[in-house]
Amino acid sequence: MPHHEVLCPLPGVFYRKPAPDAEPFVKEGDTVKPGDTIGLVEVMKQFNEIHADAAGKVVRFLVDNEGAVEPGQPLVMLETA
Amino acid sequence: MLKRLLVANRGEIAIRVIRAARELGLETVAVHSEADRDSLHVRMADVVVPIGPPPASKSYLKPDAIIQAAIDSGAHAVHPGYGFLSENAAFAEAVEKAGLVFVGPTPESIRIMGNKALARETAAKAGVPTVPGSDGVVGTIDEAVTVAAQIGFPVLIKASAGGGGRGIRVAGDADELRKQMSVAQAEAQSAFGDKSVYLERFIRRARHVEVQVLGDGRDVVHCFERECSLQRRRQKVLEEAPSPALSPATRERLCESAVRLAQSVSYRSAGTLEYLYDSDSGEFFFIEMNTRIQVEHPITEMITGIDLVHEMIRIAQGQPLRLKQSDIAIRGAAIECRINAEDPEKNFMPSPGRVSEIILPGGPGVRVDTMLYPGCAVPPYYDSLLAKLVVHAEDRVTAIARMRRALRELHVEGVKTTRALHLMLMDEPRFGAAQFDTNSLEGWLAAPSS
Repeated sequence: MPHHEVLCPLPGVFYRKPAPDAEPFVKEGDTVKPGDTIGLVEVMKQFNEIHADAAGKVVRFLVDNEGAVEPGQPLVMLETA
Repeated sequence: MLKRLLVANRGEIAIRVIRAARELGLETVAVHSEADRDSLHVRMADVVVPIGPPPASKSYLKPDAIIQAAIDSGAHAVHPGYGFLSENAAFAEAVEKAGLVFVGPTPESIRIMGNKALARETAAKAGVPTVPGSDGVVGTIDEAVTVAAQIGFPVLIKASAGGGGRGIRVAGDADELRKQMSVAQAEAQSAFGDKSVYLERFIRRARHVEVQVLGDGRDVVHCFERECSLQRRRQKVLEEAPSPALSPATRERLCESAVRLAQSVSYRSAGTLEYLYDSDSGEFFFIEMNTRIQVEHPITEMITGIDLVHEMIRIAQGQPLRLKQSDIAIRGAAIECRINAEDPEKNFMPSPGRVSEIILPGGPGVRVDTMLYPGCAVPPYYDSLLAKLVVHAEDRVTAIARMRRALRELHVEGVKTTRALHLMLMDEPRFGAAQFDTNSLEGWLAAPSS
């Protein structure tokens, strides 16, 4: 099965949920299409949506919720086609 | 006597507090996240304690880690700065329970004044005006018209379940209110699943004016006001003192009301009472209190000659206020420009990174509060404030000229800054004429005058 990693475009803190008490944007096993929001990255108190850039099934997240992230760091692994 | 002070913060405000503590002969303890290991506040402090990973939720927002750091480092007191845990009543309480002094108000004051509804009630009891509104939901159109007549037009019709500016309509008179009410209720029902609405006076041209106070738990004095109307996305961009909008008589009534309100809760430490000032009617309304030192405190220090952080520490040591109201006067005018790590050309996108080169302005009447040094990191985890450029001069016109020249001296390489925005403001005729309100800056950014 081919795999695809969604990379983090900017540095900051990664969130899997829109709010602390909300459901995650996507979970392991969900399917996503390009443009779907998979998480948020907070940079200097501004929140930026992170979108999937490929279609596929979410295999696993590669960073923790509220984890520090760097540009280019893989966030989530997708199983494509 | 307090001998060792822990500063529960980072960036420029941590440095500001370390400087004040040192001037009063106290030793200082810095705490830091992993991202701030090489920060200037860490380099400056006498004792350094790491408190956790980069995200603030895992370091600067962890009460237990900070209190443990205070105990381990032998600190006697904790200064919270602004933001982070500064207005967290439970933290202030935990600090006191650990046998340490909290350099700030009592947990009780934080709790009361930090709650918008309670603060509004407290203001009303102290005879301080708040924005007139209906007491709760207005059910029928006739009721709305009666209530609106008492509040005064224009009024806002706000959805009880709304928020963040959503679900709001304006009515200029009773006829408009009759038409708008049913629409507003229907909209509220479909948008929020709850048709209840309430009314509030609409202030078309509101200025944000705030009063600095100092209290020792018995007496309260004010240190006059700051004008903070120039905002972008509800974030202050530039502040000045005194407010160019107030007449001497209004200033006196405003500042006196702030003292009355702070006195009514036996306020201790430095605090700021925020008001909306109606440019059209000349009325002012209390909106909320910040029970901590504020970012823009230096402009007050410049025009009054009072070191507010010194006073906070002295009060925390149990000393009575050293200042009488008659000792405090305004001298000249001061302006603060917030230099943020944001790119004004890319819709103020945050710009973390590493500072490769920096030249700070100096000369007469210039003060820069910053944590920047050549080679320092600007981490993405915290707010974007890099430096506060503050000027003082004998009058507002001279202060603007001084700020323009100081901004031209400022040079930062490696991260984008909002310097260009401030240079634009110094040449903006409507800023020069002091003709602005809380909505103006976003309008100027959309359509700059050339």
